[in-house]
Amino acid sequence: MSEGAQTASMGRSASGILATALRYAAWVVLAALVLTLPKMFTSSFAFTLLSLMGISIIFALSYNMLLGQTGMLSFGHAVYYGLGGFIVVHAMNTITKNSLPIPLPLMPLVGGVAGLFFGIVFGSVSTRRGGTAFAMISLGLGELVASSALILRSFFGGEEGITTNRTKLLRIFDWSFGPQTQVYYLIAIWCFICVLAMYALTRTPLGRMCNAVRDNFERAEFVGYNPQFVRFLAFSLSGFFAGIAGGLAAINFEIVNSSYVGAEQSGTVLLAAYIGGVGFFSGPIIGAILVTWLQVMLSDITEVWQLYFGLLFVGMVMFAPFGISGLLMMHAPLWHARVLWRLVPAYLLALAAGLVMLTGVSLLIEMAHHLSTKTSEGPMMSFMHVPFSVHSFLPWLVAAVLVIGGYFFFRLTWPHVEGAWHTALMKAREHGSAA
Amino acid sequence: MSAIELSGVTKNFGRTEIIRGVDLSVRVGERHAMIGPNGAGKSTLFNLISGRLRPTAGAIRLRGEEITGLRPYEINRRGLSRSFQVTNIFPRLSVWENVRCAVLWSMGYKYSFWHNIDSLADVSERTELILRQINLLDRRHFPAGVLTYAEQRALEIGITVGGGAEFILLDEPTAGMSRAEAEHAVALIRKLSEGRTLLIIEHDMSVVFNLADRISVLVYGKIIASDEPAKIKSSRAVQEAYLGTAA
Amino acid sequence: MYLGWAALLELVLVSTLNGVLYGMLLFLMASGLTLIFSMMGVLNFAHASFYMLGAFFGFQISQFTGFWPGLVLAPLLAGVIGALIERYGLRNVHRHGHVAELLFTFGLAFVIEEVVQIIWGKLPLDYRIPPSLDFSAFTIFSTNYPAYKMFMLLFAIGIFVALLLVLTRTRIGLIIQASLTHPHMVGMLGHNVQRIFMLVFGLGCALAAVAGVIAGPALVTQSNMAALLGPILFVVVVIGGLGSLSGAFVASLLIGLLQTFAVAVNLSTADAFGWFGIHTNPLPFLSDIWFVTVAQIGPIMPYLLLVLILIFRPTGLMGTRDT
Repeated sequence: MSEGAQTASMGRSASGILATALRYAAWVVLAALVLTLPKMFTSSFAFTLLSLMGISIIFALSYNMLLGQTGMLSFGHAVYYGLGGFIVVHAMNTITKNSLPIPLPLMPLVGGVAGLFFGIVFGSVSTRRGGTAFAMISLGLGELVASSALILRSFFGGEEGITTNRTKLLRIFDWSFGPQTQVYYLIAIWCFICVLAMYALTRTPLGRMCNAVRDNFERAEFVGYNPQFVRFLAFSLSGFFAGIAGGLAAINFEIVNSSYVGAEQSGTVLLAAYIGGVGFFSGPIIGAILVTWLQVMLSDITEVWQLYFGLLFVGMVMFAPFGISGLLMMHAPLWHARVLWRLVPAYLLALAAGLVMLTGVSLLIEMAHHLSTKTSEGPMMSFMHVPFSVHSFLPWLVAAVLVIGGYFFFRLTWPHVEGAWHTALMKAREHGSAA
Repeated sequence: MSAIELSGVTKNFGRTEIIRGVDLSVRVGERHAMIGPNGAGKSTLFNLISGRLRPTAGAIRLRGEEITGLRPYEINRRGLSRSFQVTNIFPRLSVWENVRCAVLWSMGYKYSFWHNIDSLADVSERTELILRQINLLDRRHFPAGVLTYAEQRALEIGITVGGGAEFILLDEPTAGMSRAEAEHAVALIRKLSEGRTLLIIEHDMSVVFNLADRISVLVYGKIIASDEPAKIKSSRAVQEAYLGTAA
Repeated sequence: MYLGWAALLELVLVSTLNGVLYGMLLFLMASGLTLIFSMMGVLNFAHASFYMLGAFFGFQISQFTGFWPGLVLAPLLAGVIGALIERYGLRNVHRHGHVAELLFTFGLAFVIEEVVQIIWGKLPLDYRIPPSLDFSAFTIFSTNYPAYKMFMLLFAIGIFVALLLVLTRTRIGLIIQASLTHPHMVGMLGHNVQRIFMLVFGLGCALAAVAGVIAGPALVTQSNMAALLGPILFVVVVIGGLGSLSGAFVASLLIGLLQTFAVAVNLSTADAFGWFGIHTNPLPFLSDIWFVTVAQIGPIMPYLLLVLILIFRPTGLMGTRDT
C-alpha cells in the first residue's frame, strides 16, 4: 500500500471546489461541536477531562510543528510550555496585586509571547544543529531549565511552585472563571483559535518550506532558502503555541511547578504527537485526546499504567510508525472505493486473537507487579474482577496459555488480513482511487 | 565581463588535490558544456561554483561579483541555480509542491507566514508554466518519490529553473536516459536555457555537440581545452585524454 | 573565604582524583555510545538504562554470590539483552529511518525504567562495597581516599586498554573498525555485517553495564539512575562531537573534572563580586543569582558548557560527522 497512492487519492479529492467548501464547513462543524460538547457531557469530570484535552491538543500540535512538519525531533519541548505557564502565573499575580484592568481571557496570549521569546532565545543556539544532535541539545536545554528551577527559587517557586487565583482578574460579562465549565469554554475557544492558526500556518510559504526542509535540507538551500533559518522560525513559532498551552494549564490548575518544564512532560507530548501520527495535521489532535484519556483512565485501573504506555509507544514505533492517523489514512483509498467492508471479517479475527494475547500479557505484568511490590498485602489479587492467589500455579498457566496461544492465533490471522487487503486493493485500483 | 569566471580555483580534500588550478570563463548567454573522464572533478567544480564546497584557493565570480565562499542560498539568490547528478528532490512533497518551493523565493515571498499560499495567483501560474514545460502537469498531485526515474530527472530540471535563474548549471541531466528520453530532454534544456547562460556537464557526446556553443574539457582537475565544438573534436590532446580517435 | 595552602592542595588533589574517576565512568559509557553511533548511525537513548541494569543486576547477583561474580556476570547479561534487543527490535525499526530508531531507544529507556521500578521498587538499594575493598587506600592530608574508588579507576583504565587491544590487534577488532566507517564495503567483503552490528550493540551495552556494576556501590543504586545520568551522557557526546571517540574522551574528563570541582568550591556570585569590592546586589530582583553558589550550579554545568560549545563550536570539540 504505497504512500503515493494514498496521497494521490487525497490530492485528487481535495482539488475540487466541493472539497474546498467541505473543508470550510468542517471548521464550522468543529466550532459547533466544541461549543455544544458541554451540553452532551455534563458531569464535572467530563469538563475536567475536556479541559485537559484542549490544553493537550494545542501542546501536541505545537510539537508537531517541529517533528512532523519540519523534521526536528525535540526532547525538551516542555520548556516553552512550562515557561509560558510560569510567566502567566507571575503576570496574573502581578495584575491582581496592582488591580490592572486586564481580563483573564487575554492571559494565554501572555503565555504565548513568553513561549515565543524563549523559543527565539533558545532556538538561536539549538537550531544550529539538526537531526540527532538537535534532539540531544533539546534534551540538555530541557534539563538545564528544569534544574535551574531549584536554583532560581523566586521565579520557579522551588519545590512547591507558584500558585495563583484565576478569579481575581478583571471580569468581563460577569464571568469569574471559578467554575470548571467557564474554564472549559476559555480553553475550548483558545484551542479552536490555535488549531485554526496552526493549520493556516501550514498553508503559507513558510509552512511549505518547513516541509521542504524536512524532506531535503540541502536542496532547500539551493532554491534560495536558508534552511537553518526556516528551522529557527518554526522553532520560535512552535514555542509561541506551546506557551499558550502552558498559560492555559496555569489557569486551569492555578499552580505551576518545575514539573511543567521537566523531562516527563516533554516525553508525554512526544508520545501524544507520535501515537496520533506525525504525518497528518489531525494526528497530534487524535494523539492528545487518546493520551489524555488514557492517562486519566488507566491510572485508576492499574498502578503500572506507565509501563503500558511505554509498551504501546514502542509497539507503535515498531509496527505502526505513521501513528493512528497514518493507519486511518491508509484505508482512505478503500473508503473511497467503498470496499472497506471487505476487511472487516479478517480484522475482527485478528483483533480477537490480538486481544487474547494482550490480555495474557497484561495478566503477567499485573501478577509480576503484585508479586514484587505488594508482598505485604498478601498473595490475593484480582484481574478483571476475577480474584486469585498469585502463589498458585493456575493463573500463571492461564497467562502463559493466553500469551502463547494468542500469539499463535494472531500470526495465523495475518495471511487472512493480507489476502483481504489484496482483494480490496484490487477493487480500489479498478475504481481508480488507488495507484 | 563573463557570466561565470573561475580564476586559479583549487580544491584539496586533505592532501588529495581534486581541482588543480582551474581557469574557466563562461560567456553571458552561451551554452557551455563541460566534459571529461570520470573522476576528473566536474561535479566538484559544480559544487564549488554553487557554494556546496569552499575552494582551497582561487576566486569564483558571477557577473563580475565575487561569490567565493558564499552559502548556496546566497549564490542562488544572485541568480545561479544548479541541478544534481543524483536526483535531489523533495520526495514526500507532491510534484506541484516541489516546483512551487523552487518558485517561492524568486517571487519575493521569502519566509512569509501570513500569505495563504494557495491564493497566490502568481506563484500558481509560474508553477503551472514550469510543470507544463517539463511535461509533468498531469502528475502534479503525486508525491515526487513515486515518479519514474526519467520523470524525476525532469522534475530535477524543473526545480532548477523554477526560480527563473539567469545562470543554470545542469549536472549530467540525461544520465540513465534512453535515446528518446535524452532527445526529449535536450529539446527541453534548449528551450529552458534560451536567453540564459547554461553550463552543463555531460557524457553523452551527441547531446554535447548538439547543444553546446563552447566546450571545456576537464582532466584530472585541470582544464586542458576550452573552445568551439569543432576545434575540440579535432584537438589531439582532447582525443588522447578523452574522446579517442576514430577506429 | 581563605583556605590554607594545605587545605587547598588537599581539595585540588582529591577533586582531581574524583573528577578523573567520574570522567572515566562517563567515558566508559560514552565510548560504547559512540561506537554504536559511529557504526549504526543511531544514538542509543537507552544507553544509560543499561548502566542502570548493570547496577541492578550486579546488586541482585551479589545478594547470592558476593560482588565479584556480579562484576563479570552482570555486564554479560546486559550485553546479551542488548544484543537481543538489537536483533529483534532495532533491526526492524531500521528501515523507518533514524528518527524512528531514536524514538525506539527512547521508548526502550522508558520501558526499562518502569520494569526496574516494578521489580525492585523506587527506593535505593543497599548495594555494598565488597569487604575486601572496604578500606582506605591512602590519605591525602586529612582525607582518606577509599580503596574502592582506586579500584574503580584502575578497573576502568584496564577495560579501556583491553578494548583498545581488541580493536587494534584482533581480527574481529579490525573488522569492527572497518565497519565503523564503511559498513557496506565490509558486507561486500563477505562479513556478516548484521551480526557485527548485533555484537557491537551488545558490547556497547555491556560497557555501560560495567560502569553501572562498579559505580553502583559507590554512588546510589536507584531506579532513577538512568534518568539522572542519561542527559549528561548525551551532552558529553555532543560536546565531544558526535561520532568522535577522542572527543568523547576529552569531553568526559572535562565534565567530570568541572562538575567535581564545582561541587567542591563553595563560592557564590556575591563572593565573587565581593572580590571586586561590590557588596550589594545591583539587581535585587535577581537575588537568586546573587546568592547562588558554584556548588549549586554543579549539576547544570554540563548543560551550560553545551550552550557555550553550541555558540562557539557547534560541531563539538572534535566533531567530524554531522547527522
